[in-house]
Amino acid sequence: MSQSILTTRIMEALAAGRKALIPFLPGGFPDKERFFDELAALDAGGADIIEIGVPFSDPVADGPVVEQASLDCLLNGTCLSWLFYELEKRKGQYRAGLVLMGYYNPFLQYGLEQLAEDAADAGVSGFIVPDVPLEESGPLREALDKHGLDLIPLVGLNTSEERLAAYAKNARGYVYFVSVLGTTGMRESLPTEVKERLAAVRRIFNVPVALGFGIKSPEQLYAFGDLVDGVVFGSALIAHIKAGGTAAEFMARWRS
Amino acid sequence: MTIHKKGYYGDFGGQFVPELLMPPLLELEEAMRTIVPSEPFKKELNALLADYVGRPSPLYRCPNLSKELGFDLWLKREDLNHTGAHKINNTMGQGLLTKYMGKTALLAETGAGQHGVATATAAAMLGLDCIVYMGAEDVVRQAHNVKRMKLLGAEVVPIESGTKTLKDAINAALRYWIAEQGTTHYCFGTAAGPHPFPLLVREFQAVISLEARAQCLDKMGRLPDYVVACVGGGSNAIGMFHHFVPDETVKLIGVEAGGTGEPGCYHSAPISLGTPGVLHGMRTMLLQTSEGQIEPSHSVSAGLDYPGVGPEHAHYGASGRVRYDIAVDDQALAAFEALCRREGIIPALESCHAVAWVLNHAAEIPKGSQVVVCLSGRGDKDLGIIEAHEAKLGGAK
Repeated sequence: MSQSILTTRIMEALAAGRKALIPFLPGGFPDKERFFDELAALDAGGADIIEIGVPFSDPVADGPVVEQASLDCLLNGTCLSWLFYELEKRKGQYRAGLVLMGYYNPFLQYGLEQLAEDAADAGVSGFIVPDVPLEESGPLREALDKHGLDLIPLVGLNTSEERLAAYAKNARGYVYFVSVLGTTGMRESLPTEVKERLAAVRRIFNVPVALGFGIKSPEQLYAFGDLVDGVVFGSALIAHIKAGGTAAEFMARWRS
Repeated sequence: MTIHKKGYYGDFGGQFVPELLMPPLLELEEAMRTIVPSEPFKKELNALLADYVGRPSPLYRCPNLSKELGFDLWLKREDLNHTGAHKINNTMGQGLLTKYMGKTALLAETGAGQHGVATATAAAMLGLDCIVYMGAEDVVRQAHNVKRMKLLGAEVVPIESGTKTLKDAINAALRYWIAEQGTTHYCFGTAAGPHPFPLLVREFQAVISLEARAQCLDKMGRLPDYVVACVGGGSNAIGMFHHFVPDETVKLIGVEAGGTGEPGCYHSAPISLGTPGVLHGMRTMLLQTSEGQIEPSHSVSAGLDYPGVGPEHAHYGASGRVRYDIAVDDQALAAFEALCRREGIIPALESCHAVAWVLNHAAEIPKGSQVVVCLSGRGDKDLGIIEAHEAKLGGAK
C-alpha cells in the first residue's frame, strides 16, 4: 500500500522543521455556513491535517466544550450526508489531509460500505472513532481498507505494550496519543508519565505520533521534543471561535 | 444461549468504549473469572445476601387477584429486599468484588434512584467511598431517593447535559471512570453496557430465578407457565429469566414501557419499537433516528426511562425466546392501584408494567395457569408521581 496522505502531510511538516498542526473542528460549527469558511481558513493557516467532528448525541469521550459544540451542530442540522455533499463539492481545494472523527453509531446507521465510499469521494483520508477499540474494529477497518482510508488508532497512558503492539500492526496515517486519563478539554499541565509512554509508542509504532486531549498552548509541547510529530487541538480552538475569534487568528498563534 | 464471540449474545453486546476504558474492563473480566467463583467470595456474598439483604425473597401467591383472574398470580417479592428493590443484589456483589479488587470507591449512575440508593448502601456497609451521577430531571423526580443517598454518605452529582436523564448520567459516569479507574469501580446498574457488565450484573441478579425456580417447584409442584418482568435496562428481568431460559415450557415475557402510548410520543420500548445500534459500550436495540442519533425516551417510571436495553434481552427478542410487549403509563398506574387495593402491596411503577401485562392479557392466559411476576421494587419512591397523576386526573374531571 502506498504511503497514506496523512503520514505524508506530517512528514512534510517535520521536514520543514516543525510539528504537524492538527486542528479539530466539529462539522457545522459554529454554524453550517461559517463552517466551510473556517475550514478553508484552517487549511490556509497551515493546518497539515484537519479533524472534522461528526456530531453525536452522546459523545462519551468528550469534555464539556466539545460536547456542547457537538449538540449545537446537531441542533443546526448537521449530518453525515450534508458533510459528504458539501465536502465533495470542495474536493481538491484543501492542502490539508481530512479526517472524520466521530462515534460509531452514526457511521453504522449510514452503512459502513457506503460510509467508506462516500468518504473517499468527498476527499476524506481517514477516520478516528473513539468508541471502537481494537476488539471491535474489524468491520470498520475492512470497509475503510477497500477505499484506502486510514483508521487512526487512539491510545493512551494506560494502554499496555501488548495492546500498543496489536494496534501498531494495522496502523496507518498516524497514531493519536491521548495525553490524559480523561475526556477532551484544555488542561494547564499534562501528567508526567506522558513522556515515558510516548517513548514506548514511538518505539512500537512505525507511523507518526500525534498528541491530543488537553492541549491548550504550543508551550506544552516543548517538553516532548522528538517524541511527538504532531499536535491535535480541539477545545481550545472551539473556545476561541465561541469567544468571537477566527480560525485564522488561532492558526497564526500556533504557526509561530 | 449462543455467545458467538467474547461478550456477545448473538449479534448483540461487545465492548464499544474508548481505548482508555479497555484496561479497567479487562481487569474486571479477570476479576470475574478469578474472584467471583472463588469460595471465600461466594461464602461472604451469600452471607451478606442472607443476613443483610434478607434473601431468599418470598414467592407470594396473590389470593384476591388470583381469584378474580382465574389463574394463580405469584409475585417474586424483590420489594422486600433491604433498600426496597432487586438492585441491592447487584450492588452488594459488585461492592464486595470492588473490595476484593483492592479499589476504594464505587461509582454509579441512577435513573429512579434505586440503584443509587443500593450502591450508596453497599458502599456504606463495605466501607467504600461513593459517587452517584444522576440526570438533573431525575434528581427532581426522585428527590426522596436523593435524600436517602446523601444520608448514606454518597455524593450525588446532577447532570445538566443532554436530556438530563439516565442516559446522560451514564455518559457522565463513563467519563468519570476514565479518569478515576485506578481507585474506582464503576458499579453499573443494569445488565447493559460494555462486556463484562451484562454478564456480571446477570451473575448477581440470577439469584432471583435461582430462588424462584426452586420456590415454584416447591409451592406449585411444577414449573410456572408464565414468568413476567419489566424491562428498562433489564437487570431484574434477566435475573428473573436466567434459570428459566432452558425450560422451554415456560413462557418468558418482558414488558417495556410505552410512555403515554399516544402516536408519536416518546416511549422506552427499544426492543419493541427500536432498531439495532451502538450506545454505552454495547450493540443493542436503541431508540434512535435514521441517522443514528439517540432519541429521548419517556416513561412515567424513571427506572424504565432509557433508550437502550441490555444486549442479552436484545438477543432474546431477536431469537424469540422471550416475548417482549409494551404496557403504557395508564396501564401501569391501573396495575399500581390494583396491587395496592387488592393485595395491600405498594409496588414500584417499574414493576407495575409487568403486573399490567398480566392484567391486560388475562383473557389469553388459560384458567388454572401459574403466572409469576417479578415485583422488582416497592413504590414508596413513586408516591410523588402517583399523587401528581391523581391530581391531574382530578383536575380533568
